[in-house]
Amino acid sequence: MIQEIFGILLAALLSENFILVKFYGICPFMGVSKKIDTALGMGMAVTFVMALASAACYAINVLLVLLKLEYMQTVVFILTIASIVQVVEMFLKKAVPALYKALGVYLPLITTNCAVLGVVLVNVQEGYNFLLSVVNGAAGGLGFTLAIVLFASVRERVDKTDCPKCFKGFPITLISAGLLALAFMGFSGLSMF
Amino acid sequence: MNFKKQLYEGVLTKNPVTVQLLGMCSTMAITTSLFNGLGMGLAVTIILTCSNILISALRKVIPSEIRIAAYITIIAGFVTIVDLLLQAFIPALSESLGVFIPLIVVNCIILGRAEAFASKNGVLASAVDGITQGIGYTLALVIVCVIRELLGSGTFGGGLLNGGQGFRIIPEQYPAMLLVMPVGGFLVLGCVIAGSQWLMKHLEKKSKKKEAAKR
Repeated sequence: MIQEIFGILLAALLSENFILVKFYGICPFMGVSKKIDTALGMGMAVTFVMALASAACYAINVLLVLLKLEYMQTVVFILTIASIVQVVEMFLKKAVPALYKALGVYLPLITTNCAVLGVVLVNVQEGYNFLLSVVNGAAGGLGFTLAIVLFASVRERVDKTDCPKCFKGFPITLISAGLLALAFMGFSGLSMF
Repeated sequence: MNFKKQLYEGVLTKNPVTVQLLGMCSTMAITTSLFNGLGMGLAVTIILTCSNILISALRKVIPSEIRIAAYITIIAGFVTIVDLLLQAFIPALSESLGVFIPLIVVNCIILGRAEAFASKNGVLASAVDGITQGIGYTLALVIVCVIRELLGSGTFGGGLLNGGQGFRIIPEQYPAMLLVMPVGGFLVLGCVIAGSQWLMKHLEKKSKKKEAAKR
């Protein structure tokens, strides 16, 4: 069991990183990676929502399987995620107003982050049990945070570089993200279990 | 109603991938063969058109406070329909796209067009918008696919032409495997967007020259 948990952690953080290897959550990765502070805040919020959504959707999936309604998974999961994000938003607003303010518009956007729906669907496909689902969700979120924070620090420099005119802006950002992905490819041999 | 203008916008000046930068995840993740690209493009076009039509028809009924939730439910419904249809009729495509079919729900293109266009325009215009934006998305996907497949695995039309084998253009030992790996997605898409930016600037300059010559 511990071996499995460790394997999932390692895969989600490095060798199967959610952003750089599996391409979940590229939109916030590009949108929120301009500053390290916001990147870190976003990463934390996403990690929290992913762990919570993994737990909730595991329970809901048990119910769906019982009722033989597996084909409704996509619809039910996305609604669950949307409501979790809403609850987290309301909770932060009351309890930690400072963090709520810092995250601002990015909080509701977590709903449409494909990393969240992606991890929930992968959990179901792989048939993980409750504990492994939550670990996978949290580890995926941490992998997301790692990638987005690393990239934010690269990007602060990339934006100032002198590159060909048509590469200015988004294209050069994508290419530097590609180089980061190249570095993460070095971890691909790290599947020990 | 101007189909030609909307088509031009969808394909070039307001292309969902290269200009609006929406739906990056799928653009990079599944573009390793022509079959995947075309299949994904068609699936998204159908879902986008259907959801645009329904959302536009219901735009006066849905209260604005809960509109996002309502849109997502509508979109998720259509995605489920397409997912089940693909599983039944084109299982090969369903298998190779995997989790990225249900993930169309959170593809920003669909929600983006619902919010930016369908919620403000009539049914017919929204349907046209769905089709033209879908064509633009498909085109961008296909371009990225062709480049990655050709340079990365040395074939053209894999999974689709020549009995699913595709035509081998570069001998087996030469292609740069790197490009079909995740890294290639970032690099090729970056270059394709740069190319489209260059093309648009070029066209703009040309039309300005023409106007200057007229005067």
